[in-house]
Amino acid sequence: MHPVLKTVLGRLGLGLATLFIVSIIIFSAIEMLPGDFGQAILGQAATEETVAAFRRELGLDEPPYIRYMQWVGSAIQGDLGTSFSGRNASGTDRSREVIDLLAPRLWNTLFLAGITAIVAVPISLFLGITSALYRNSIYDRTVNTTTLTTISFPEFFVAYILILLLSSLYPVFPSLANVDASTPFTERLYRSALPALTLTLVIVAHMMRMTRAAIINLLASPYIQMARLSGASQTEVILKHALPNAWAPIATVIAFNLAYLVVGVVVVEVVFVYPGVGQLMVDAVTSRDIPVVQGCALIFAITYILLNLIADIIGIITNPRLLHPK
Amino acid sequence: MMNKKTKKGDVLLSIKGLKIQGFSDEKWHDIINGIDLTLHAGEVLGLIGESGAGKSTLGLAAMGYTQPGCRITAGEIIFDGVDLTKLTDGEKRKFWGNRMTYVAQSAAASFNPAHRLIVQTTASTIRAGIKDQASAYKDAQHLYSVLNLPDPKHIGERYPHQVSGGQLQRVMTAMAMSPRPDLLIFDEPTTALDVTTQVEVLASMRSIVEEFNTAAIYITHDLAVVAQMADVIKVLRYGNEVEEAPTRQMLNAPQQEYTKSLWSVRSLEKTQQEAEVSILSLQSIDAAYGLEKVLHDVSIEVPKGSTVAVVGESGSGKSTAARVITGLLPQMSGIVRFDGEDLPPTLSNRSKDQKRRIQMIYQMADTAMNPRQTVREIIGRPLEFYLGMRGSEQTKRIVELLEMIELDVSFTERLPGELSGGQKQRICIARALAAEPDFIICDEVTSALDQIVQEGILKLLLRLQEELGLTYLFITHDISTVKAIADQVVVMNQGEVVEQGLKTEVFSPPHPDYTELLLSSVPEMDPDWLSNLNKKEIRS
Repeated sequence: MHPVLKTVLGRLGLGLATLFIVSIIIFSAIEMLPGDFGQAILGQAATEETVAAFRRELGLDEPPYIRYMQWVGSAIQGDLGTSFSGRNASGTDRSREVIDLLAPRLWNTLFLAGITAIVAVPISLFLGITSALYRNSIYDRTVNTTTLTTISFPEFFVAYILILLLSSLYPVFPSLANVDASTPFTERLYRSALPALTLTLVIVAHMMRMTRAAIINLLASPYIQMARLSGASQTEVILKHALPNAWAPIATVIAFNLAYLVVGVVVVEVVFVYPGVGQLMVDAVTSRDIPVVQGCALIFAITYILLNLIADIIGIITNPRLLHPK
Repeated sequence: MMNKKTKKGDVLLSIKGLKIQGFSDEKWHDIINGIDLTLHAGEVLGLIGESGAGKSTLGLAAMGYTQPGCRITAGEIIFDGVDLTKLTDGEKRKFWGNRMTYVAQSAAASFNPAHRLIVQTTASTIRAGIKDQASAYKDAQHLYSVLNLPDPKHIGERYPHQVSGGQLQRVMTAMAMSPRPDLLIFDEPTTALDVTTQVEVLASMRSIVEEFNTAAIYITHDLAVVAQMADVIKVLRYGNEVEEAPTRQMLNAPQQEYTKSLWSVRSLEKTQQEAEVSILSLQSIDAAYGLEKVLHDVSIEVPKGSTVAVVGESGSGKSTAARVITGLLPQMSGIVRFDGEDLPPTLSNRSKDQKRRIQMIYQMADTAMNPRQTVREIIGRPLEFYLGMRGSEQTKRIVELLEMIELDVSFTERLPGELSGGQKQRICIARALAAEPDFIICDEVTSALDQIVQEGILKLLLRLQEELGLTYLFITHDISTVKAIADQVVVMNQGEVVEQGLKTEVFSPPHPDYTELLLSSVPEMDPDWLSNLNKKEIRS
């Protein structure tokens, strides 16, 4: 078996193991949340018996390990359980499957993350490479200062400034990004413009600076001097000699930022009233809707593990030592 | 050649009054102070000197290149009628990788790990438009075969990490030769190689320079190497020229004192002493790193009060043997017997006294000392740990030890960063002596030092041995160091002892094959040595 395939399979296995451990942590963390769902829903007036019956109905009276097994067992089959909300004391059941709650929200989140990434990643790479190329020039300093400034402000501040500029003073984009499944694609794109722009401003600095640093770090290598002495121009030195060896750290930082776009954007969602997974999870935590919280946490964990796995694989396949063993 | 405009005998390169400064510690320092140099087409000039002599800076300057942080302050560099100091980088780039090329010291670090060898070999030739890709590749394969690389048709398909250091160095020579330059700069191209590899690389570099009649500047600190390569030798010191003369004249009759002192270093030779009683004996040692076995049935006897040199190339297991003796790597089987008792394999089972009696000195004095500790702390630590010396008693002993290594009291409060390379190694020797050992392992202690400094360290070690009755196990890959210091010699190859005995016995024929190869590969100060060696090989 080719060693790269072997390594990739190994990483995949490790990823699954990580996911398993994370699922235990999610489950135990929720176990430890104070308060009781039954009590919270039924109110102070409910009798002990009613609460106990309610708990029995939801299966909350089973010991934790059995509930964990049930949860994981059905999660593997794609069933994340049924939301607690929608149930009430009267016994009518208007509850929905977690997956049905989650799926449209996840699609919205991935859409926002996707368009942000499509804009932010090429910009960061371009700025990083060019600022390495013109190191210490006015251009380099301007790019560095600007991106540092945008990353230094909190997201909500950047968001409100953008709303002020592009929605109030010069009404170009809407300040509300309320999309749903029926919104047509172009309309969706138009409404998501401001949150995407906010997120771009937040993540570009990190990726751009890492790209610049990874390349500059390599410029001191003897093979770079060798390339210069064999007549390569500065552009050729950066693109042909430094960049191919810099992908691993760049991929890692891009993966980190993309993961952030999926799991860490609740503030931006709130500001623009964007119906993403972040808001869903926050709502579920406040209403103690345990299956939804667990479902969201699991999705977040999978996102992180998957993106880091991809970064790892990029690191492996751009390393000729691993790709072309002796 | 289309791009070659010069004929043999024309002046190709002429440097006049060149001054170069480098920026460090917040100010500009002189690196080159007004050097003149003339190189004719087809001629090989050897540049020699110790570290800091400015030879690499001068070699790069011959291409009009200065390293980042350096600047040319005066003088001119005229290459084929053009003053390179007046050109922009973009204009100089038309010369680089085309009419002038460079072979660096460490081929392993100087090849881009991301590209195949043949792509790197031919990149500058194709860029300059000298050949198209197909004919450049074909020519590269031809050069690989001239340079005696295995499988010349396909070796170019490989990546740098897939071939050995000696092969890489030859591929780099092919890369430098690919555009058929007028001028080739060799910057210590064989320094990082084992001696048996060096001889092959030298021979192929010389034959290719002769075949294409290329002018070259050959930079090295090794006189014997430069004697094989150069028509003319120029000696540099502290950025100044000491003298220049044709090779034979320079070797036979150097004019300046400094040159003579460089020449005399190699003549140091210890008169061999025979000793009867063994202080250390390794008996049938097998040792491994993880699953990889590196020592196979190694037995070595070290007589008391003598020096045993362990010679071998990288990977021969000589440093591993030292790790077994010191207890850093417990052996799989076999016995380490020291002064009549068997030493426990692991360090933690050895008594303090057993540890005290065996000390070690390392190759890189730089990394063997804590940069934040003063000389007093460095030497004081073993005094306190092994002998319980403190306070004024310790101070007195530190001064005595400094005297022994020919340094004075003023060194006690210095940090390693404030010492020269030779002084650092002396402090390491003092630290070993502080434990009052019987047995010292010297692991390549002189190989990172300049020749004159090496001589000083070797003389110091010999004097200390005489005064204190020390026993040395001296690990080295350098045969002239062995001659200088050893009584007995152990030759190792691939984890096995090939031969051991008195120096005179090991160095005189008949030899086992490997010893023969090792000894015959050591360059001699005779300009005909390499040619004679090649003739011998062809005959045999």
